[in-house]
Amino acid sequence: MDTQNLLQRKGRWKLWEIPLWIAALASPLLLASHALIINEIAIVALFALSLDLILGFTGVVSLGHAAFFGMGAYSAALFAKLVMPDPLVGFAVGVATATVLGALCSATILRGTDLTRLMVTMGVGLILMELANKLDWLTGGADGLQGVIMGPLLGRFEFDLYGRTAAWYSMTVLLLVFVLARRFVNSPFGATLRAIRDNRLRAMAIGIPVTSRLALVYTVAAAVAGAAGALMAQTTGFASLDLFEFHRSADVMLILVIGGVGWLYGGITGAIVFKLMQDAISSITPQYWTFWIGLFLVILVLVGRERLIRPWSWLKPGKNGGKS
Amino acid sequence: MTQPVLCAKDLVMKFGGITATNKVSLNLQQGARHALIGPNGAGKTTLINLLTGVLQPTSGSITLEGEDITQLAPYQRVRRGMVRTFQINQLFDSFTPLETLAMTVSQQHGLGNKWWQVLGAQKGVAERCEQLLEQFHLTSVMDQPTRVLAYGKRRLLEIAIALACEPRVLLLDEPVAGVPAGEREELLQTVAALPADVSVLLIEHDMDLVFSFAKRMTVLVNGTLLTEGDPDTIANDPRVKAVYLGHGDELNDAMGAV
Repeated sequence: MDTQNLLQRKGRWKLWEIPLWIAALASPLLLASHALIINEIAIVALFALSLDLILGFTGVVSLGHAAFFGMGAYSAALFAKLVMPDPLVGFAVGVATATVLGALCSATILRGTDLTRLMVTMGVGLILMELANKLDWLTGGADGLQGVIMGPLLGRFEFDLYGRTAAWYSMTVLLLVFVLARRFVNSPFGATLRAIRDNRLRAMAIGIPVTSRLALVYTVAAAVAGAAGALMAQTTGFASLDLFEFHRSADVMLILVIGGVGWLYGGITGAIVFKLMQDAISSITPQYWTFWIGLFLVILVLVGRERLIRPWSWLKPGKNGGKS
Repeated sequence: MTQPVLCAKDLVMKFGGITATNKVSLNLQQGARHALIGPNGAGKTTLINLLTGVLQPTSGSITLEGEDITQLAPYQRVRRGMVRTFQINQLFDSFTPLETLAMTVSQQHGLGNKWWQVLGAQKGVAERCEQLLEQFHLTSVMDQPTRVLAYGKRRLLEIAIALACEPRVLLLDEPVAGVPAGEREELLQTVAALPADVSVLLIEHDMDLVFSFAKRMTVLVNGTLLTEGDPDTIANDPRVKAVYLGHGDELNDAMGAV
């Protein structure tokens, strides 16, 4: 059926995606010496994907997404230290606490405009950071939570110093979440979220319960951010106040701006570009790398992503097709 | 007479010291073709907002098919069959018309919380979309982004979305406002061809459309109900001519055309 085909076209896997993911999963083996940064990219990509669910697909801005990242990280680390070192159980605990926190915080985004929401989400992030700082008997305060020893993954794969197990672990979680998120955004539920983003007034006028949808997607995004945080703490064996820092929330938004919002590969692309740039530039000029990232961002926004990727389109008259 | 589908009783809406709606009552029978007219600032839009739940009335009650809906949120009223269109298009710009309708139909079928299935895969959704696209002359543009559509097509989609919600009561807020002459006919046809069992309340300044469409009319002036009756009675009411139609030429022309 024609219309059915048209509708389902977007949700289908494209041919180029399969080799891409195979390459991604093989990368810790092929680029064994870079396993640590591959792990970090996978985690940041997961974090960016989580923000995209609310920012790109639902149109809710947040500058406090690190709250859930940090929550997932600290609870996974604490669980490993105090209860048991099994990574998967710890991961589940990290996701669960971030989910609960997300559900509680979802009340803060239901009212107000974008600007008030930015402030409120930022506030929540700062409050949690201060809590982690003050509760030093539990969290280690400003020194961070040290001495987190992880058990082997699935009882077999030890986390090695080169980060290969870690990279596979994070990459697998990223792939699983990506598959789920893909179903999620292409479903009727996902369509109602985009409807809320495009026109909240009309979304209400066709019977979409806007507030409960917003609360739900915010909670889901918090869970994914918590997953990213848990991975971070488990693969580095460390949790510090830095995980809650404002710059993390800002970085992840930057990553989405680089990669493109409302597109599941946007977070992944952005994470790769951002992390590789950060890595390359900071090895040349450790103090001033943020300057170059900033310069890149200014150029990206001024020129437009499309035109930056396809410089030959500059020469075409009339049709300057920059999407954002 | 049977019980009305929609029954608004003594609605009052006060904004501070201003009374925008003053004791307005309105009954819509099943399948009604009812027009709401009145000069600018008469409170037509306020009345629509009260009926759809965007505003809570200061006093009065609204009953839909025997159920009191005065306290219900807008989306809950939609689920019970009270659907509106907007005077200024309220569309989903990044969607195509097909996606828009598929999303609306899915939501209407109670599939809006399904997150595991692909949009349009569920039984009956694609079929209903095809019917609506056909009915609203949107099949040829169904796969184009809504933001690039011509104004007339956007206006058609505006009404198609409302009809995709399977309304019992449909509130049309100036459906032909701003539509250029070339695209007007298409729109008038679709309005005339709305399902007979749906009760329609039409707000419109276009007297051609009002008099060709409505079987009953309500005239609002300054938030108060001036009179209600069939088109002939309204057209010959000297008070209506005085407060609303002014010189009455336009009205007489319209009556001649019917």
